[in-house]
Amino acid sequence: MKYSFDFGGLLDYAPTILKGIFITVELIVIGGILGVLLGIACAWVRTQGPPWLRPPVAGYVELIRNTPFLIQLFFIFFGLPAAGLSLGEMPAAILTIVINLGAYSCEIIRAGIQATPKGQFEAGASLAMSPFQTFRHVVLVPALQKIWPALSSQMVIVMLGTSVCSQISVEEITFAANFIQSRTFRAFEVYILATLIYLALSVLLRQVLRGVGCLIFPRRRAVR
Amino acid sequence: MITFSTWDIVSNLLLAARWTVLLSLVAFAGGGIVGLMLLYARISRAAALRRAASVYIELFQGTPLLMQLFLAFFGLPLLGVEVSPWLAAGVTLTLWTAAFLAEIWRGCVEAIPKGQWEASSSLAMSFFEQLRHVILPQAMRIAVPPTVGFSVQVVKGTALTSIIGFVELTKAATIITNATFEPFTVYGFAALIYFILCWPLSKSSQILERKLNVAHRNH
Repeated sequence: MKYSFDFGGLLDYAPTILKGIFITVELIVIGGILGVLLGIACAWVRTQGPPWLRPPVAGYVELIRNTPFLIQLFFIFFGLPAAGLSLGEMPAAILTIVINLGAYSCEIIRAGIQATPKGQFEAGASLAMSPFQTFRHVVLVPALQKIWPALSSQMVIVMLGTSVCSQISVEEITFAANFIQSRTFRAFEVYILATLIYLALSVLLRQVLRGVGCLIFPRRRAVR
Repeated sequence: MITFSTWDIVSNLLLAARWTVLLSLVAFAGGGIVGLMLLYARISRAAALRRAASVYIELFQGTPLLMQLFLAFFGLPLLGVEVSPWLAAGVTLTLWTAAFLAEIWRGCVEAIPKGQWEASSSLAMSFFEQLRHVILPQAMRIAVPPTVGFSVQVVKGTALTSIIGFVELTKAATIITNATFEPFTVYGFAALIYFILCWPLSKSSQILERKLNVAHRNH
């Protein structure tokens, strides 16, 4: 059987696709920023935080890292309303992304903090800085600088993972692709296009994160 | 209305979890074989092979697994190839796993000091012999912890096959939810089963890493 490709028919649906791209970007920008902040907080707890808070945070990290994103999403979107917390699809998606990225980035950032020489903490303390001030001003930025490539990769993985949010009818790229597919029956063209968009977005996100890295860490110095 | 006991829910989830386990094993074994071939291409001396392998890896790592599944499941039938959910899920996950494993293993091969390559080549070994007798045995030691760690991603990746209608743990959870209207319990138990499957894998990856402790041996 011969199959002739026809990408022209997709042009009519450009607004749908553009909206999808916009929502995917929105998910990863909001989810990414909040997720990394949560990760920093959790990494702080796991390295310097109050001991009683460490086991619950460790449990949270292990639980999230060992269950699929899809199940987390379904649990939050379909399961939580039964427990009295009803979220729209967009807040549910963002919440899941934040919780998911928070757990992964916690482990990555923790590795960066643990790679910080002990002398740094002592130097901070000798300047009469509180442990929190030392963490905030002395430890955190170099730690982030060390693990920035790994953190960037994790953000790209999470961005690709947002395609799953179509399953709770968040109208991102995959949702748009499914919608167009059901209208035109042009499955191959639509999914190839969507795949290429994701590919472009992941390349773009990598570049943006590299740029952000250069902005946050202006002093380029050799690690170690 | 029929009532479902908690045991009804759990037992049905466990029955479906068999397929999650089986699909993970298939994807991991198949991905290992394809990944080894990719690794060979990725570090071979032929520039064209290297290029092709890196494009393959870039494509599979830079696009969502869900899209790959859709392309295989909805796309291929248009070319006249009949695909069942089983086939689409198995093949896609295999190819996806292969891309990641090849990249992990390449890092391990590159961690082997260059002198080992030179020494073996001075013994007139061919490229394949070098890999087989000198490089891979050493690289394998470094590769075990990240490979075991990646198997967790494979198990979690199988959850996506529910979207193309493959009945495994996640799909079963959705079906059971539709019958019982207890999403909190059902998805909670499904998450717990995934955790029970994955946690030993991540834990053993950590333990292996500490035990083999290859990273700090040569310093």
